[in-house]
Amino acid sequence: MYQKALYTALLLLGLVAPYAIYPVFLMKVLCFALFACAFNLLLGFAGLLSFGHAAFFGLAGYVCGHVLKVWGLPTELGLIVGTLAAGALGLAVGALAIRRQGIYFAMITLALSQMVYFFFLQAPFTGGENGLQGVPRGHFLGVVDLRSDLALYYVVLAVFVAGFWLVQRTVDSPFGQVLKAIRENEPRAISLGYEVDRYKLVAFVLSASLAGLAGALKSVVLQLASLGDAHWHMSGEVVLMTLLGGMGTILGPVVGAATVVTLQNYLASSPIGSYVPAPVVLGVIFVLCVLAFRRGIVGELAALVRKNLNLG
Amino acid sequence: MHFARTLAATAVTVALTAGAAAHAAISDDAVKIGILTDLSGTYSDLAGPGVVVAAEMAIADVGGKVAGKPVVLLKADHQNKADIAANKAREWGDVEKVDAYVDLVTTSTALAVMEIAKQNQKVVLISGAGSSRITNEDCNPTTVHWTYDTYALAKGTGSAVVKEGGKTWFFLTADYAFGQNLQKDVAAVVEANGGKVLGAVKHPFPASDFSSFILQAQASGAQVIGLANAGSDTTNAIKAANEFGVVQGGQKLAGLLVFISDVHSLGLPVAQGLTLTTGFYWDYDDKTREWSKRFFDKTGKMPTMVQAGVYSSLMHYFKAIEATGSDDGPTVVKKMKETPVEDFFARNGKIREDGRMVHDMYLAEVKKPAESKAPWDYYKILRVIPGDEAYLPLAESKCPLVKKS
Repeated sequence: MYQKALYTALLLLGLVAPYAIYPVFLMKVLCFALFACAFNLLLGFAGLLSFGHAAFFGLAGYVCGHVLKVWGLPTELGLIVGTLAAGALGLAVGALAIRRQGIYFAMITLALSQMVYFFFLQAPFTGGENGLQGVPRGHFLGVVDLRSDLALYYVVLAVFVAGFWLVQRTVDSPFGQVLKAIRENEPRAISLGYEVDRYKLVAFVLSASLAGLAGALKSVVLQLASLGDAHWHMSGEVVLMTLLGGMGTILGPVVGAATVVTLQNYLASSPIGSYVPAPVVLGVIFVLCVLAFRRGIVGELAALVRKNLNLG
Repeated sequence: MHFARTLAATAVTVALTAGAAAHAAISDDAVKIGILTDLSGTYSDLAGPGVVVAAEMAIADVGGKVAGKPVVLLKADHQNKADIAANKAREWGDVEKVDAYVDLVTTSTALAVMEIAKQNQKVVLISGAGSSRITNEDCNPTTVHWTYDTYALAKGTGSAVVKEGGKTWFFLTADYAFGQNLQKDVAAVVEANGGKVLGAVKHPFPASDFSSFILQAQASGAQVIGLANAGSDTTNAIKAANEFGVVQGGQKLAGLLVFISDVHSLGLPVAQGLTLTTGFYWDYDDKTREWSKRFFDKTGKMPTMVQAGVYSSLMHYFKAIEATGSDDGPTVVKKMKETPVEDFFARNGKIREDGRMVHDMYLAEVKKPAESKAPWDYYKILRVIPGDEAYLPLAESKCPLVKKS
């Protein structure tokens, strides 16, 4: 019940936010929030630390950008094609990576995503270092002109809510329960008769597709796809967002993404930024988070609320 | 009565014209300059905080006011990420009403901001980014590319070195589009001038160990080793070449994208003998020394061509605003293109219809430690390359703004 009230309040906040805050910035936050939610589905609920999620995010951005710019297809098709491409890549990467566990899993995803990165660096359609520029925003469903920031914002918000809902549904479903069981004790899940590899693979593909959706959305919002999106720094950034917000909580990644993007944006032009570079500030925050509040912002808050309720 | 009517009519006319003039004049009662540069990363040395100082000097030199309105300076660290640059540029355009975006260090950030300027008609004054795409296939009406481009650097170094007797070349090429294009451009120039390319080796980007590539280059027997790379790749390659005694062995190194800040960090013992092309050198004549001295007093470093270019481009921009009384992007850039550029930075400068500021470039050789008499006394200017010779001829341009006759 609390959850429902909280979500309604957040949704209302999301609806009025563009009147107070610059919409393009909000859209960027939403894209990264969706990306972090997708990542959290894998790390927080299936216990799989992928260090190659930037590959899916970047691939979908390029595919969507290419489809919209060169083929001239409508915006929604661009998003769908981008998402499917990321899902397909997720299937290939996932099928290989889930054969190993722990650090080896992370290393395989990292290695494969670096291969994808170097492919993008060389492939002619991505524009290499210069990136893919001038992606048209187009019209949504042929009616809504997305050149207006406000119109685009509501489309992005709707897509984000749909993605978020999907993650929530997945986590709450029996499938999600099995994932949690695998996270807690994989041999026991196997002994109970679950084919854990299949569960892991489905979770991986789902997560990759959602990360792709976020990447495709971002290329529409910012009208560009750049090599930075596929770089391993981006894989690290999404880990940071998730841990900072609270791994394994539903809202954590959203809060984490908002914090990181806001800081990047704020430090880029603030007076503090000219003394201490933005990456250093982010690094310090990350270290503090790992040392002092390991459950992340949302995790700590939730623990606090729970404690107080028990006491009261 | 009659007189009164005339008076009233005159008053109305005056009021209307004044109103119209005010409308065409400075928007939001301020000229806002937004510097987007690398304040924290790899390129912060060649651009970064020094660019901000150069811009502050330009603003101070016009008394903080242009056309009677104050100049406001905003700055942001684009962290060499196209999405941060695009986001900031859009926000500055919509919310802060910035009139001009300045500097932009990597090509991807420059192209991203140019896309936004295409939509909101703001002025883009690019100094840091180097791709010749900016004024070639991606040119747009309100972008001016000020300091240099890769074509001019490649052409300057390539043709001059061949003329100086460096007939056979071997390339160390960064294995991505930028490096390959650079190699292609230089190889074409070398061959056109009667030189010969003996071979090339591609190195991963970015790389830190250049020893095997340098050995290959050494074994090739070429007179000149062309470094078709940039930034830390170039400095690492120069360091490796120094360790293997390439220059002492009689081969020449040609840097295709080297800034004075790179030479400063390498030091003369390592960098000596390197041939390069630059758009500006502080110790060229009295005018460059005078300005650079002022810059040095504020920063403790001599300016790179990017930093000097930012000052020069802003002064030209301010002059155009002063002359037109407007800060409307297309109007100002039109005026900038009509006015020749002649200051401490640019000799025989003019802005072409494609947005390229064409000015004289300099072929330089890095001095031996014994030849250097003072700190920052690094370059020997071998030749002045006239602008029209250095930059891509308009006849070969793919820019749609260029009218082909």
